[in-house]
Amino acid sequence: MSEKILHSYSGIFDTPDEIIHAAEKTVEAGYTKFDVNTPYPIHGMPKAMNLEPSKLGYAALVFGLSGTLTALFVMYWMAAIDYPITVGGKPFFAFPKYIPIMFEVTVLAAAIGTVSTMLFFFFKFPNNAHPLHDTSYMKKVSSDKYGLIIQADDPKFNEDEVKVFFASLHAKDVEPVYYDMEDINASPKIYDKKFIGGLALTFILVSGITYFTLNKLMFMVPFNWMMYQDKLTVQEKSSVFPDEFGVRAPVAGTVARGFMPYEFPNEPELAGEVLLNPLVPTEKNLALGKKKYDTYCSPCHGDFGDGDSRLRGQFPNPPSLHSEKVRNWSDGRIFHVITMGQNIMPSYSSQLTREEKWATVLYVRALERSKNAKESDLK
Amino acid sequence: MSSTIDYSQELSVVEGKPPLRSIDDAIIKPLDSKPDKKYYMALAVTISMLGIGVIGLALSFYYGTGLWGNNNPVGWGFPIVNFVFWVGIGHAGTLISAILFLFRQKWRTGIARFAEGMTIFAVMTAMIFPAIHVGRPWLAGYLMPYPNQHSLWVNFTSPLLWDVFAVSTYFTVSLIFWYVGLIPDFATLRDRTSNKIKKIIYSVFSLGWRHSNRHWQHYEMVYLILAGFATPLVLSVHTIVSFDFAVSIIPGWHTTIFPPYFVAGAVFSGFAMVQNVLIFIRKIFNYEHIITLDTLEKMNKIILLTGMLVGYAYGMEFFIAWYSGVQPEQFAFVNRAFGPYAWAYWIMVSCNVISPQLFWFKKIRRSIPVMFVVAVFVNVGMWFERFVITVTSLSRDFLPSSWAYYTPTLTDFAILIGSFGLFFTLLLLFTKTLPVVSIAEVKAVVDGAQPSHKDH
Repeated sequence: MSEKILHSYSGIFDTPDEIIHAAEKTVEAGYTKFDVNTPYPIHGMPKAMNLEPSKLGYAALVFGLSGTLTALFVMYWMAAIDYPITVGGKPFFAFPKYIPIMFEVTVLAAAIGTVSTMLFFFFKFPNNAHPLHDTSYMKKVSSDKYGLIIQADDPKFNEDEVKVFFASLHAKDVEPVYYDMEDINASPKIYDKKFIGGLALTFILVSGITYFTLNKLMFMVPFNWMMYQDKLTVQEKSSVFPDEFGVRAPVAGTVARGFMPYEFPNEPELAGEVLLNPLVPTEKNLALGKKKYDTYCSPCHGDFGDGDSRLRGQFPNPPSLHSEKVRNWSDGRIFHVITMGQNIMPSYSSQLTREEKWATVLYVRALERSKNAKESDLK
Repeated sequence: MSSTIDYSQELSVVEGKPPLRSIDDAIIKPLDSKPDKKYYMALAVTISMLGIGVIGLALSFYYGTGLWGNNNPVGWGFPIVNFVFWVGIGHAGTLISAILFLFRQKWRTGIARFAEGMTIFAVMTAMIFPAIHVGRPWLAGYLMPYPNQHSLWVNFTSPLLWDVFAVSTYFTVSLIFWYVGLIPDFATLRDRTSNKIKKIIYSVFSLGWRHSNRHWQHYEMVYLILAGFATPLVLSVHTIVSFDFAVSIIPGWHTTIFPPYFVAGAVFSGFAMVQNVLIFIRKIFNYEHIITLDTLEKMNKIILLTGMLVGYAYGMEFFIAWYSGVQPEQFAFVNRAFGPYAWAYWIMVSCNVISPQLFWFKKIRRSIPVMFVVAVFVNVGMWFERFVITVTSLSRDFLPSSWAYYTPTLTDFAILIGSFGLFFTLLLLFTKTLPVVSIAEVKAVVDGAQPSHKDH
């Protein structure tokens, strides 16, 4: 083994007055890389050691404010943008009601952030390999003594001078502290069999437990009681009602909301006379009509209503929408065809709402006009 | 003895100027010695209580919450009563560790660690109740706003959700505060122990603390910052718990006095609980010189103060009910004092308002048996306060046709007993695994531990 590497020289003092004095003298002597180890914080020590005031307050400020703003924006986004729900008639962005959570998140972020900054950033913890650990010096200062160390990497460090300096302070147990060579030469053992095995075991356990919980446990008694309840669902057979249906028929003549039946199922001509298009050909209505026409009509009638789709020849050919007959039909007559179907064309009532049908009619009108434009259209 | 105390100057926090090493010895002794028979007997009692609670919970999970006394108007019964009670118990710990720290009350050092531990255990106990009260606690994850399969977020305008944030933040911050305080003690334990396994455990938890004064400086700053944050936090937690009631419109709940009233009550019951437990701890572990009679007396003064705050709130509620001229309010309070739950109301008043008045007498403040009994009464009274608030208002609300009397069932009581079992089991385990008094903090307040600054 090579020669030991010196980390520092250490000395022990018995009273708080002595250690304050020693710290002041060390600063006077011009040492900068020194430390005082005491079992509890000593009043006046930062001043004696000439330390700058702790900057942790800024960390607390930054983390706290980020917590506040994060909470505010997250709640705003969730409650006002992503999924707005009216609660108690309040606005979606109900700021006063966000204050409690903003406050809590501020405290949480500040506490976690500040402590982590101190431990992991300022102190570079965890550090159980520091040369001071497991020395007799450490055992004394962690109980009832006060210790001073001067590090070997201090620019003014000189082994003999430091010994004399400690003697001038009347320090006891002046000892050198060496680096632990085993710690320095140790390398991490990632490919160690135990480590890999432990990792694999953890993986199997975690995934196994997760699988069991989500896919098995949730379907066991009593967790499944909400799923399987003693009640009839729509498709089930009932022993209570004479017709043995679980679901009851609505009262005769009931009309579902938004599903008013079509008034002229068998009277196309009357429909053509009576029904008027409630929509005007605005850009929006035409765009809706084009979308629906392209989806539902164009597969047979073709993209421009010529009846020239690729289904031509496989069925009775779909008629052109530019024929004299269709052009002379009223809007209501076309609406009737869309609603009831004609020849082999089925009804499109389940695909299109009333408004969409009228928008489609508008679009068909626009297509017709494009192939048979009037002279006035050129102006 | 009591007549010899001189109040004109600050008393020594630790009696008799013990050598620092003897403080180590005294505090670490329970950790290094095998538990004795009494400890096992105490543990057997608390674990049996815990077992009763586990049975109650298992039955509730299997058969459902129908086993409880909760009925239609009184949906909040025992679970919420116990929740508020236990969260309140926790408040004393943070008050001692944070607020008294900011006020530079040195006498807190001897009791702070233990009280903080009680905070953590009390909040853990408290968190059981809202979880089981939702009926299916295995779905409690939905309380957190995470992107779930319903793409639905939680309701940020509900006080019940504020509770989720307040209590979980409170628990986390208390735990951090507690752990930060423990780091130097872990280092002391690490350097003392000769047991290899203990050494590894202590080394890991001490994070390699070196008692360096370059570190102590930041450490003291972080402690100050944590205390500064924990102080408004502890006030906010019971404020938000009181919002659960005050934001609703039930007569007897919808009052603006609730936040301060709840916070005072929480500190009141918390101090009583801490005082009760400390009386045993100082006796059993011979900490009489660290947790002194003076400390207990100061705690009794706080109990007296907060007890009178609570008493004032009781009176003010009646005054406002009368002064507001709102009939349902007036009925709610007359019903509290003279209605079907009058028995609970008068237990509450006699325990919370009358019994602490004994602490006006110095002899009683310094008599351990008497103060113990008074503090037990306070805890009983504070539990009944939550019972009175929760149950009387719900059982007699606006609509007389929906009135009903609430009677707790055996399962309710089993879970209540179990909560005490859990709390005391955790406390007992704590006394044997961690230093129940902060070693570093107590050393710092021993006479002569700080420099005299003679040469300045």
